[in-house]
Amino acid sequence: MNILVCLKQTFDTEERIVLENGHVKEDGVRFVINPYDEYAVEEALRIKEEHDGQVTLVSVGPTRFEEAIRTALAMGADEAVLGDDPALFGDEFTISKVLAAIISQRPYDLILAGNQAVDDGSGQVSVRLAEELGIPHISMATKVEVEGNKVTVHRDAEGDTEIVTGVLPMVITAQQGLNEPRYPSLIGIRKASKKPLTHVTVQDLKLSAEDLAGRINVLETYLPKPKEAGRVLSGELTDVVRELAEALHTTEKVV
Amino acid sequence: MAKVLVVADMRRGKLRNVTFEMLGAASAIANGDAVAITLLGKNVAGLAKDLGDFGADAVYVVDAPELENYNSGTYRKALLTVIDQFNPGVLLLAHSAIGRDLAPMVAARLGAGQVSDITSFEGTGENLTFVRSIYAGKAFTKVSVKQGLAIATVRPNNLTLPAGGVGKPGTVQNVSVSFEPADLATLVKEIMAKANQGVDLTEAKVVVAGGRGVKDASGFTLLEQLADVLGGAVGSSRGACDAGYCDYSLQIGQTGKVVTPDLYIACGISGAIQHLAGMSNSKVIVAINKDPEAPIFQMSDYGIVGDLLEVVPRLTEEFKKILV
Ligand SMILES: Cc1cc2nc3c(=O)[nH]c(=O)nc-3n(C[C@H](O)[C@H](O)[C@H](O)COP(=O)(O)OP(=O)(O)OC[C@H]3O[C@@H](n4cnc5c(N)ncnc54)[C@H](O)[C@@H]3O)c2cc1C
Ligand SMILES: Nc1ncnc2c1ncn2[C@@H]1O[C@H](COP(=O)(O)O)[C@@H](O)[C@H]1O
Repeated sequence: MNILVCLKQTFDTEERIVLENGHVKEDGVRFVINPYDEYAVEEALRIKEEHDGQVTLVSVGPTRFEEAIRTALAMGADEAVLGDDPALFGDEFTISKVLAAIISQRPYDLILAGNQAVDDGSGQVSVRLAEELGIPHISMATKVEVEGNKVTVHRDAEGDTEIVTGVLPMVITAQQGLNEPRYPSLIGIRKASKKPLTHVTVQDLKLSAEDLAGRINVLETYLPKPKEAGRVLSGELTDVVRELAEALHTTEKVV
Repeated sequence: MAKVLVVADMRRGKLRNVTFEMLGAASAIANGDAVAITLLGKNVAGLAKDLGDFGADAVYVVDAPELENYNSGTYRKALLTVIDQFNPGVLLLAHSAIGRDLAPMVAARLGAGQVSDITSFEGTGENLTFVRSIYAGKAFTKVSVKQGLAIATVRPNNLTLPAGGVGKPGTVQNVSVSFEPADLATLVKEIMAKANQGVDLTEAKVVVAGGRGVKDASGFTLLEQLADVLGGAVGSSRGACDAGYCDYSLQIGQTGKVVTPDLYIACGISGAIQHLAGMSNSKVIVAINKDPEAPIFQMSDYGIVGDLLEVVPRLTEEFKKILV
């Protein structure tokens, strides 16, 4: 089975955001595999271990993405494709077109992706990708079972669990709870540097200027107003509780 | 000016508040042009009257057995059919389980730009801009859609709820859609309803959230009692879910739900950045924590340093007195 995993490198979730000339500064930032994509990688490896197959990572982004790709290869993925030509970068509309163009050049049975990128992502790319490829998708998976060409997925629908079935090829997006991603082993890390990583440029893909132009204009990026430190109420508990209840009722009018 | 179509958001057969919030936004965005709303589901025609007088010129109803439960393929087809009939310039959906799945499908099919999880908007027509948070709420961007249909998914509890009574109850248009096997490429076999049946967490005006400091599942009963008195919902940190004190459906944060209540009471939650991502836009934040150094106090409007097992029941009693 040919399993593809769409993988994005994102800011570590602990990172502070600093703006420079209206853009989010990247210097000195720690990057990680997008946490949801890490679930997708882990799931791909588990399916491969059970059914045999090949796991290929597909990424579109700057050269720094190689670090995330090497980590996923060290976890056990077999090879990777990286579109690191800046002509390919863009909004969700464009990225999904680029991923589709890369993916349609190769064999695939199952495509795993994250349901959302935790940086500037918006939970669109994987679903758009399925539509671009003309195949079905199941989003927000918390459990995936593959039998022959049939898949059964538990999906998280705002806390309810839906059991959804379908037939390969398809896109499945990972939600928290799908699995516990493994750490790369020492052998894995050593092997990773020898695994194939193919670079793709705009010349390798059939994309129109329209596809690459995107649909969204970012007009402004700004930080939220810093919150003023609040009031810590102190004193006798009975008084404190009364003071808080009064404040919420009378001053804030939220109760 | 732009024609605006709203996709009604429903849960367990009821219209959610965000539906009305979207209708309010739609009237402002349309700025005199037509506003329509669509109801997709089975036996939903009756809900058209509940949409009341909130500014829709037309209510497009697609009522079909294939739409009983959310299904990517059938909902996609139903919505594309309505879009084809009404031809909107702006399409609004809720950033809910359904909207998050449906919007990007339709965006891809129509080659449209989509802005996800918006918290506000400005302007109309060509000058329409949306605001959304990025990097888990640590920054915001203001964006616009360059050309063609503009799609936005709307975060509940952020846009102003309109008062209604604008003299436009909307004429009902029944739309029939015939579904083919290709629309049923995936099938929902079973739904296990786990989420609490009470107040909807993402729409609640008051959220009482518990963390690892709640100690065990029975500690959550204290939070439920407080939430009940305030007409609110109970939420949690991931710490509490991981520890098995409550179900993951309650989790608030980067990998859980994003909530924007009027009042958020964090009990025994340290205030990790990933948790703040889900609640930092709450209007008033209260923290109850026994550690005066807990980072949650930096984010709070009011804080009580103390044992939540002692504070929460007292607070419940106090509110009971005030709210009689
Ligand atoms: C990729 C990623 C995604 C994540 N997503 C989320 C997410 O969506 N949501 C989320 O919440 N977390 C998320 N986390 C986890 C997050 O980093 C924290 O680990 C988690 O929020 C901690 O939960 P907590 O505050 O309940 O527990 P703790 O950090 O252990 O804090 C418990 C607090 O309770 C206080 N306390 C203890 N006993 C009492 C008492 N009797 N009375 C009063 N106070 C008491 C303590 O002083 C302490 O401050 C994520 C982490 C990662 C890496
Ligand atoms: N540049 C990218 N390269 C590879 N995969 C991506 C990229 N951007 C998004 N994805 C995939 O699409 C998912 C959703 O991303 P987003 O729509 O940006 O929130 C991510 O979790 C990834 O699996």
